[in-house]
Amino acid sequence: MDTDAVEAMGLHVHLTDGELVARCRTGEPAAWNELVERFSRYVYAICVQAFKLPEHDAEDVFQEVFTRAYEHLDKLRDDNAIRPWLAQLTRRLCIDRLRSGAHEQPEDVIDPMGADETLARLDDAIAVHEALAILPDNCQDILDRFFARDESYRMIGEALDLPAGTIASRISRCLAKLRLQMEEMPPLDRREIG
Amino acid sequence: MRLGDRVTTYDEERLGDLLSALPPAPEAWIRAAQEIPQAKQGVDEIVERAETDEDFRRQVVADPEGALEEAEVVAHSFTVEMLRRRLGK
Repeated sequence: MDTDAVEAMGLHVHLTDGELVARCRTGEPAAWNELVERFSRYVYAICVQAFKLPEHDAEDVFQEVFTRAYEHLDKLRDDNAIRPWLAQLTRRLCIDRLRSGAHEQPEDVIDPMGADETLARLDDAIAVHEALAILPDNCQDILDRFFARDESYRMIGEALDLPAGTIASRISRCLAKLRLQMEEMPPLDRREIG
Repeated sequence: MRLGDRVTTYDEERLGDLLSALPPAPEAWIRAAQEIPQAKQGVDEIVERAETDEDFRRQVVADPEGALEEAEVVAHSFTVEMLRRRLGK
């Protein structure tokens, strides 16, 4: 399929973060959809893992992050810095949310200990997911289902039409491929993300 | 130690752990966030009308959810907040 056809279908998955932001700024609906899709897990994880927001607060913060991102896309100094910018914005909104509900809570409730460690872990996780995106589709699918979606062997077998007895070995092979892929990729701070 | 250096030294167990760290956000949240451009357009239209029609403005301030629904914008809490912000309320 040529590039135009891919883009006509609204698939912007191979654009860098910077290119995607630039497309969003022109008002392309498919680009905005992809931006939300690309960063939704990251923003969600910051809310519920780093700041441990209850689900309804996490949802409000999640929507607020993307609303502000949409409204302030023009003000972004570096399009390639969208991910750290979103992380910072999410962090600030989580803290605001905890403060608004906490009143006289001690400071460690508002900025939970370990939040920085969790954020660093999430950045590592992003790097792994980027490596995953380069693997063949079947590996992407099975690893995402097993680890990120927490699906059982039986569920995976049914969804992918595979004998349940082969799932573990497939996961193992795909993990080995992922490890090789990680070793081939330059460190995160020396490559363009996206 | 740099971020990438940290990751490349990890074994497959650690890779599995990091894959687990990013579960998908609920589908409904993603869909709502993807509709933000349309919601903003609806809010823009309401604000534009409110700027020239004081009665309508009072109505919107009193019942922002109703105004959004009338404009066929889903009244999520974030769209209500967006509307309130734009009206300076």
